[in-house]
Amino acid sequence: MGMNFKNVLALLLILAIIAASAIIGIYGLEIGNVKINPIRESMRLGLDLKGGVFVVLEAETNATGDDLDKIMNQTKEVIERRVNIMGLTEPNIVREGEKRIRVELPGAQNASDAIEAIGKTAQLQFIKPNGEVVITGSQVKNAEVVFEKDRGNIPSVALELNSEGAKAFQEATRELAAATNINDKIIAIVLDNDVISAPAVQNEIPNGKALITGNFTLEEASELAALIRGGALPVNLVEVQTSAIGPTLGIDSLNKSIDAGTIGIILVFLFMLVYYKLPGLIADIALVLYTSIVLWTMVALKATLTLPGIAGLILSIGMAVDANVIIFERIKEELKNGKTLRASVNAGFSRALTTIIDSNITTVIAALVLFQFGSGPIKGFAVTLMIGIFASMFTAVVVTKILLKLFISFDVFRNTKLYGA
Amino acid sequence: MKIVEKSKLWFGLSIAMIVIGLLVGLFRGFNLGIDFTGGTMMQIHIGKTISVDEAKDITSKFALDADIIHAGDEKQEIIIKTKKDLNNEQRQEIFDAFKEKYNLTDKDFRQAEQFGPAIGSEISRRALLSIIIAAAGMLLYISYRFEFKFGVAGIIALIHDVLVVIAIYAIFQIPMNSSLVAAILTVVGYSINDTIVVFDRIRENIKFMGKASYGEIANQSITQTLSRSINTSLTTLLTIVTLYILGVESIQQFALPLIAGIATGAYSSIFIASPIWVIWKNWEKNRGKYRTIS
Repeated sequence: MGMNFKNVLALLLILAIIAASAIIGIYGLEIGNVKINPIRESMRLGLDLKGGVFVVLEAETNATGDDLDKIMNQTKEVIERRVNIMGLTEPNIVREGEKRIRVELPGAQNASDAIEAIGKTAQLQFIKPNGEVVITGSQVKNAEVVFEKDRGNIPSVALELNSEGAKAFQEATRELAAATNINDKIIAIVLDNDVISAPAVQNEIPNGKALITGNFTLEEASELAALIRGGALPVNLVEVQTSAIGPTLGIDSLNKSIDAGTIGIILVFLFMLVYYKLPGLIADIALVLYTSIVLWTMVALKATLTLPGIAGLILSIGMAVDANVIIFERIKEELKNGKTLRASVNAGFSRALTTIIDSNITTVIAALVLFQFGSGPIKGFAVTLMIGIFASMFTAVVVTKILLKLFISFDVFRNTKLYGA
Repeated sequence: MKIVEKSKLWFGLSIAMIVIGLLVGLFRGFNLGIDFTGGTMMQIHIGKTISVDEAKDITSKFALDADIIHAGDEKQEIIIKTKKDLNNEQRQEIFDAFKEKYNLTDKDFRQAEQFGPAIGSEISRRALLSIIIAAAGMLLYISYRFEFKFGVAGIIALIHDVLVVIAIYAIFQIPMNSSLVAAILTVVGYSINDTIVVFDRIRENIKFMGKASYGEIANQSITQTLSRSINTSLTTLLTIVTLYILGVESIQQFALPLIAGIATGAYSSIFIASPIWVIWKNWEKNRGKYRTIS
């Protein structure tokens, strides 16, 4: 009797944990300072669900090797700067292959404007206090970080102008250096209508070499140099692939997928219950835990849920059931062979284990390849699939076993008819 | 159950299906989506149902040879598909034409996709490469855990599944796109899973059924695992079919090949993989016999 009481307690505890993980997942939790958002709000959504733009741009250039790398890095810097101005939460800009750059802008409201902003030629300008443009980005030959020895090796940005720029710069600096009011000495360095530096001119600069000094950190100076260098887009970019999803469509996709997923899961629950009876019920409980584990793991890993990812998740629920189906079929067989319930359950689990491991590892191989070779949403699918496989091994093997053994310890549940025998 | 004895029937069915599919594909061509051919897709919410001709009146102004499809729950959206590779500016011009005519706002531009001409061949090359790598990895693992012959039989079943799915696409002229590639890879992972369960049982039964023939062992193993094979495929299909019925267009494109592939995968793990293994084992045994006689 004492033993039984302990088992009742253990069973209730496990059920409570599983129920809590699901309920918090759906509704969130708020106790005092502790606040857990529902999964729907904390999950990072891919741009196919959130709406947004991704565009792959290809540089029109014949350069190769280091030259190409330099061009691509400059291009990437220009794009990064422009994207940062848009103020989106998780933009992602990566070089893809040799000449391509992939720009992902989740949540971008107007796709067309965003693509235009990325692709337009940047305007770098040096402007006098009276608004007159002295030189533009096309006249800057190079910009790099230098260290001023006489000022304790503080990093600054050195500019090198072409001859045309040098001449214009010399005239402007002569004029500004002669000014008496400090405000009249300032030359503004403007990139895309954004003032990135406003140094005061001290002397006439004749040789096309200028120094932008300030209290820069090395990082700031490098960034500034990169921005000036990259001010003029070094190369023309062509769209090779675009996907722009409006926010309405994204939300619609998400809602419909959640509905479809819910109905699919309920159908699986019913099937398991009707076909496998008590073990089916236990598999259903394990399935609730499985779904929470996968979703919470994705939230914790900050993995992105994409539309194919939802398909992967729903598919993996079908597959998670598989491990249980293998075990329960095995238990049925053992019961038919005349073993006792307890022995059948033990044999069922231990014999099914190698099958489950072997069959799941082959699926992991497929998921790894997908992750390595897929792009964007497909990668998301592979991640979901992998998390799903590992979670299902845990819930289907470990959790179901504990639950089933607890149930068996109660006399009421010892009728083998409940196990489909 | 006598599965192995009827090997010729199963192989014949599959080969017929694949050959018909490939012939149709060869003569009628596959219905390749814009991600393989290059092109542009735009989805616009009009707010009412307009006829295809009405939409074409607008697109033809841009010298577009476009397909118009209705979308959305109440057919209030249209999808314009063309093999022309339109850039951002051109797409905006087309949308603006619709915007003006139907009094739309920028939000009604639901979706746009564009693929340059070179992308398609890259997608297919990468897909093929990933299927080969995945198959090689599985072959290695199965050879290590079971034996090489199981590995080869499993991989043949996989190739069978991929070819049958492609055949279905050719016969029914379903548009092929990059979702298909991901779906096929998933099918590859899923179908081998199914096959392994049967092989695992064969491996186990070999120990208990010492004197039985390979055919008997395979039949027995298939029978023992049959309800599992059916139930697993059934639960997976339940979820995926629901997704297909209720999902949006892009998720349907993903669900459809999964449905075809999971059904085919269940078939091949029972009717293709094990019979191949039996035939190979018997061939090997007989060859050994003749050798000792001579």
